[in-house]
Amino acid sequence: MGENSRLCKFFSFAQVGISGHRTRVTIKNVASPSKICPLIIFLLMLVIWEITSMVGMYDSGTLPPPSRVIKAFSELASNGILLRYSVASLFRVTVGFYLAVFLGMSIGVLLGVWQRGCQMFHALIQFLRPISPLAWIPFALLWFGIGDGSAIFLIFLSSFFPMLFSTIVAVKNIPRLYFQTGANFGFTKAEFFKLVIFPAILPEVVTAMRISLGVAWLVVVAAEMIAVKSGLGYLIIDSRNALRMDYVIVAMITIGVIGLTIDKVISQLQKPGFVRWKFEKK
Amino acid sequence: MEYGKNNKVVVDDVQMEFVERRKVPRSEKDQGKKQGDKVEVLKSITLNIYEGEFVCILGPSGCGKSTLLKIIAGFIQPTSGVITIDGHRVTGPRPNNIFVFQEGGLFPWLTVYENVALGIRHLATEEEKQERVYEYLEMVDLLGFENHYPHMLSGGMKQRAEIARALAVKPEILYMDEPFSGLDFLTRLHLREELINMHLYIQKTILFVTHDIDEAIQLADRLIVLSDRPSEVKMNYEIKEAHPRDINTGELRSIRQQLYLSLGVHYTL
Repeated sequence: MGENSRLCKFFSFAQVGISGHRTRVTIKNVASPSKICPLIIFLLMLVIWEITSMVGMYDSGTLPPPSRVIKAFSELASNGILLRYSVASLFRVTVGFYLAVFLGMSIGVLLGVWQRGCQMFHALIQFLRPISPLAWIPFALLWFGIGDGSAIFLIFLSSFFPMLFSTIVAVKNIPRLYFQTGANFGFTKAEFFKLVIFPAILPEVVTAMRISLGVAWLVVVAAEMIAVKSGLGYLIIDSRNALRMDYVIVAMITIGVIGLTIDKVISQLQKPGFVRWKFEKK
Repeated sequence: MEYGKNNKVVVDDVQMEFVERRKVPRSEKDQGKKQGDKVEVLKSITLNIYEGEFVCILGPSGCGKSTLLKIIAGFIQPTSGVITIDGHRVTGPRPNNIFVFQEGGLFPWLTVYENVALGIRHLATEEEKQERVYEYLEMVDLLGFENHYPHMLSGGMKQRAEIARALAVKPEILYMDEPFSGLDFLTRLHLREELINMHLYIQKTILFVTHDIDEAIQLADRLIVLSDRPSEVKMNYEIKEAHPRDINTGELRSIRQQLYLSLGVHYTL
């Protein structure tokens, strides 16, 4: 992806150089080659992959060619497994993520405002934060058993600490000026939360949500390999056990596409005016 | 202009000390001060401000003019001394005396309309609110920008929006802490003019902190000059000249020269 965009940049710069303009509009106008070139690279990769497999450069069992993967994809799609497992994974991520956002934000706001509490809990949070959620797998299984519970717990852990930490920092970084203004206009405590604290931290919270959701989607795969008997992570580990590497690749591609889609969707949260002030600062 | 000489704000023997928070003192004057030592900022300030007066507080950089204004507005408690407004002791900020900050006091997450409506959110009906907001947006010439967010506005427009927000409350006193200092020269002149007109129109008490001598002479009914830290009132000068004023002639010219000298710079460079 990084490679692609660099190449595309080269293309658009070349165009810009010719026309002599460096305005936004010009760059948009030359968007066509920059849209085509990633596609070409993708196709090129697939063709090389297919050909090298066809001429027998390696055992197609260890790396199945694209044609096999497409076949596997239609198999998994037609028998409904792909959809069922995707929904299962998305469900776990959704529940775990919402829990993490809700609790992380509430506790974060509380600790951000309540200085003494923050000092008391700071060490504990800092200590727990760097522990990978995957390290909790044994406890997750012990406490919640095999099933949705432990997967959701692990996803919750992966998102909770980033949410909590970003919220605390965001609350602490609200300029004093806004509190003084609020005090000047006679804000009540509730109004301070509604009109100052919550909207002021929203841009940071949205960014943290975007990052946490990405991490949650990474963690769900790992969690499902061990803690449950469904989902895309389970599909990978199950297919590997059956040595169906084509299924593994189908699962990987699905994970990638869903991950990309989720990120696109949540990035929409950065658009509305009441958060855009932070992202559009002059 | 004649004001009924009612005392509006009385500052009685206010003193202020700060605790030095830096390991290395901020200025040469404080050499030898260590972290935790007391730095005296205001040394016995006593003032009477009359109702409806436009008072400019001038002083060298770091002399505590902003601190004094924040104390009067109730944001900071003085080390000793008492502030009274209409005979009532000031204990904290109040919604009928609005503070206009140096810059960026608007809430960036609210539109201009919502910002201006902040102080009047207790009004009974939406229509009443709307009418009031538009009245003051018109006054500061911001009609058509009510749905813009502050980051879409220029510096001068932001400052005008903040003034509209303050005025919409119909405050009895307006505190302004170098409100025009971040603006370009022309915008500053325009806003000064608008502020003078507005003051003539609404006749509210305004306390205006600035380090700009010309600005102070153009705006003020009364000039208060603070000395260097620990500061005292060095001059308390009434300007009776009517607006518009030419600060290069007559009495204003001599006041100007005097001020330049007393603040330690030569009038002609």
